[in-house]
Amino acid sequence: MNALHPQPTHASPAGWPGDIFAALKAAKVRQVAYVPDGGHAELIRAVHADPAMVAIPLTTEEEGVALTSGAWLGGDRACLLMQSSGVGNCVNMFSLVRNMGGPFLTFVTMRGEWGEFNPWQVPMGTGTPDAFRLMGVHVLRADKPAEVGPAAAAGIRMAYEGGNAVAVLLGQQLVGAKVFVK
Amino acid sequence: MSQAFNRLDRRAVVARLLAERGEAIVVTGLGSPTYDVAACGDNDRNVYLWGAMGGCAVMALGIALARPDTPVIAVTGDGEMLMGVGSFATIAMQQPKNLTVVVLDNGLYGETGGQASHAVVADLAGIAKASGIEDSRLIDGMDEVNRLAVRATSTANGPCVAVVKIDQTERERVLPTRDGHAIRARARQSLGLSID
Repeated sequence: MNALHPQPTHASPAGWPGDIFAALKAAKVRQVAYVPDGGHAELIRAVHADPAMVAIPLTTEEEGVALTSGAWLGGDRACLLMQSSGVGNCVNMFSLVRNMGGPFLTFVTMRGEWGEFNPWQVPMGTGTPDAFRLMGVHVLRADKPAEVGPAAAAGIRMAYEGGNAVAVLLGQQLVGAKVFVK
Repeated sequence: MSQAFNRLDRRAVVARLLAERGEAIVVTGLGSPTYDVAACGDNDRNVYLWGAMGGCAVMALGIALARPDTPVIAVTGDGEMLMGVGSFATIAMQQPKNLTVVVLDNGLYGETGGQASHAVVADLAGIAKASGIEDSRLIDGMDEVNRLAVRATSTANGPCVAVVKIDQTERERVLPTRDGHAIRARARQSLGLSID
């Protein structure tokens, strides 16, 4: 516990990953595709444990852009969980979302932006919001635990009710910088 | 790889594959597979891709998981499939019973000048099988295409990947609509869904 690893005060007893899960459940999201990230681990466990959801591990993030577009074409609500390093992998695949329209929703745990030890994470940590905007994806952001639930609800509404492409960035302060121990 | 295949006519393969497609949804990989499917006649359940290279099979997976009672057929090329080759493992993790991926393999990038593709050395059916798709086939005869056509409209088996060896003849381009919004609207309507 230090200035780089603040102990967050949770606004909800479920914690912020629980708030995202509850928002996805309330919106009847069925397909949840992901490339694993430590910051998403709790949410990914919850999705796997829920019989009304399909958890879809991906080999690379752009698969999730195509998969969630297909899910929606077939009548399912879907979203993509990834970390910031995966956003760059998605850039060309966003042309599918732009051309076909329809909702796109992703929750991105940020690395490389706040007390990051690993410099290899920093380029995409810096570039993630711009990469989304470059391809016309609307960006929302939460940096404090109490902001996550409202950001999730806002993103869900814009995506599934408005048919927008939306990314909800989950700031690294929420997750804490990863500690590397020899 | 020096193994000699009987190479089939791509238009004849796709025409046979889709002749009795019934309710099947067909997702096409950009380039020649899109034209091949369009050449069989337009259909509200054709989802033509003109880009999104590497996304055809995994987009079809998203549809297949959403519509488990509807057969979903991805028709793509070897170059497009190579760009999304991890999709085989992603599909294998889900084991959908209603998804068939047909890879039309001429061993080259036909849209860009006919450069050799990695399928000259890489065995896509072998990669699919090793990725966990038990029913992965290499096809070089029309009898096998007939069997594949039956298999592809079934929703009772696991996923299937069929790599079909086709000749390198360039065929007339049959260009379907490039309007992705229109494609998704009519596909959704045909499934009884709202257009948006």
